[in-house]
Amino acid sequence: MTHSLRFRDALREAMIEEMDRDDRVFLMGEEVGHYQGAYKVSEGMLAKFGPRRVIDTPIAEAGFAGVGIGAAIVGLRPIVEFMTWNFSAVAFDQILNNAAKMRQMSGGQLDCPIVFRGPNASARQVGSQHSHAMEHFYAHVPGLKVVAPAFPDDAKGLLKSAIRDDNPVLVMESETLYGVKGDVPEGDVLVPLGKARIARQGTHVTIAAYSRMTHVALEAAALLESEGIAAEVIDLRSLRPLDENTLVASVERTHRLVVVHEGWPYGGVGAEVVDRVQRLAFDALAAPILRVATLDVPMPYSANLELACIPQPERVAAAVRRVVGEF
Amino acid sequence: MRILLPMPTAPPLAPPALVPPERTTAPAQGAPPPPAGFDVEHLAALYRQMLLIRRVEEESARAYAEGKIGGFLHLYIGQEAVAVGAIAALRPDDYVITTYRDHGIALAKGMSVRALLAELFGKVTGCSKGLGGSMHMFDKEHHMLGGYGIVGGHIPLAAGVAFASKYRADDKVTLCFFGEGAVSIGGFHEGLGLAALWKLPIVFICENNEYAMGTPLSRSMSVEDVSLKALGYGMDRDRFFADDVLEVEHRISEAVQRAREHGTPTLVEVRTYRFRGHSMSDPAKYRTQAELDEHKKRDPLVHTREILAKAGVADARFAEIESGVEAEVADARKFAAESAEPGLDVLASSTYSGPFAY
Repeated sequence: MTHSLRFRDALREAMIEEMDRDDRVFLMGEEVGHYQGAYKVSEGMLAKFGPRRVIDTPIAEAGFAGVGIGAAIVGLRPIVEFMTWNFSAVAFDQILNNAAKMRQMSGGQLDCPIVFRGPNASARQVGSQHSHAMEHFYAHVPGLKVVAPAFPDDAKGLLKSAIRDDNPVLVMESETLYGVKGDVPEGDVLVPLGKARIARQGTHVTIAAYSRMTHVALEAAALLESEGIAAEVIDLRSLRPLDENTLVASVERTHRLVVVHEGWPYGGVGAEVVDRVQRLAFDALAAPILRVATLDVPMPYSANLELACIPQPERVAAAVRRVVGEF
Repeated sequence: MRILLPMPTAPPLAPPALVPPERTTAPAQGAPPPPAGFDVEHLAALYRQMLLIRRVEEESARAYAEGKIGGFLHLYIGQEAVAVGAIAALRPDDYVITTYRDHGIALAKGMSVRALLAELFGKVTGCSKGLGGSMHMFDKEHHMLGGYGIVGGHIPLAAGVAFASKYRADDKVTLCFFGEGAVSIGGFHEGLGLAALWKLPIVFICENNEYAMGTPLSRSMSVEDVSLKALGYGMDRDRFFADDVLEVEHRISEAVQRAREHGTPTLVEVRTYRFRGHSMSDPAKYRTQAELDEHKKRDPLVHTREILAKAGVADARFAEIESGVEAEVADARKFAAESAEPGLDVLASSTYSGPFAY
């Protein structure tokens, strides 16, 4: 059974189901309670669960991220919401030095079953300090898992898996996806961490993307279809662990790959995908792998400049034309 | 309106130490007398714990000089009465969390000398399988939740541990130790702020040993009375010298009781002194020999031994305690030396619970 839900409602449904089944799970963050969530993801949850389990925090990301980690190491399973992932920068030390390393520093004695979640990457014209694609920083860190769903069903299924995982899992959402609707399984349907999904089948080229860029890739694929190019779109869903098997199998069929993500081109998830595929499927490649990323500058405010910086369908299609046409 | 604790009555705190030797006038009067009617056997047990910490640290310094221990080594020598007195105020199921100067606190919380020395030696039999080293002493069984290497970073964690106790209504108390060097960083303020806001069962213990690495109080804090930070958070506070281990136990017990019975946090500033440098690589040239000598007159071990002797503990008993400690340390040293190094197989399994996420 499925029902149609917006992305934000799917996230809420995941949290409610997990909080219903496990008293150790609670939600903490800025404005998650009385305000009903800065982006209404947690709307109604305070009324349902009460202030013991839906906890408004002061503006102190390092403090409440640390509180979550401390609660996790003694057996609770916190969901910590960052109003946006941009603000996790001031809690970076907590995530990097405490959450990611707890199990290692303790020689395996202490697990840190915590979920950090919130909207990530660009919104609309919110400027350089509020547009970061933080997944690149975090996917670098052993000890963390990072997921970035594009559709409501994956948002629910991945968040449920994240909450049940015994490791710190970072869930990258998108303000611009919160209103997207989709069919979502009712009840206890989990999406495993570390499995990509083929969002569109094609034979000429593979476009790998995640989060909002999956939708951009699908738009690009629609453009290319009219030109006779059949693009396969892989929605990575999970960035660490990364489903290299699905990527390699696709590239072995299409022989070409374009990777699309928000965030700067220097290093990052796209570079990681390129490394894996050239190592694991070198003989299958008929062209160099190209990346389409946010331009290598801080995000500008002006709408025309912002649009130019963030990958758009036409820029993705142009990259595809290069790998399909020139080689 | 919260009722704040009165400032401590004894011993009087010296005026702020602009030039360190000036502040030694108060200590020269000696440590406070022990509480009337104290339990001699209890104090003897605390003395043994302090002596064990002292001897383990001395042995660690020796092993470091021999190249058996690598990296950083921050010794607890001089501060033993803080860990032993404070943890004596706890139940075994209460939690403790601290900084990188964690050996004494781990031992006081129940970690074996074997597990500690083996960790320092980088052996798989160490408390953290040789993955943590000196700064990361963890003992889940004894609720020793670790030493942490980023100054102040563990203070919000400590609040989180106390948050879990409140969430579960399990009446456990968390002790969070840190140095006065941590008072300037954000983690201290966010941790205290949240603990006070949410009324968490925790005692924040600032081990004020007068130096943040090589920087004295006078050059690192605009207000040298750390306990005053509690005022802004509406938190109870206390402040005293750590000369007497029973006094430490008594004062921390008050804060622990407040946490357990009323679920409220306390900031306690315990004035102490480390006899060694910040770490093994620090010759401590920022302080004078006269200052160090003056502090050594207040050595908590010497003080406790004097009290015990006055209470009738015979030399033979001290000899028995000392030989027992020596045997424990020698055994642990041998155990650490002979233990195996960790194999590569430990790396992946300690990074993730379950399959490695790559």
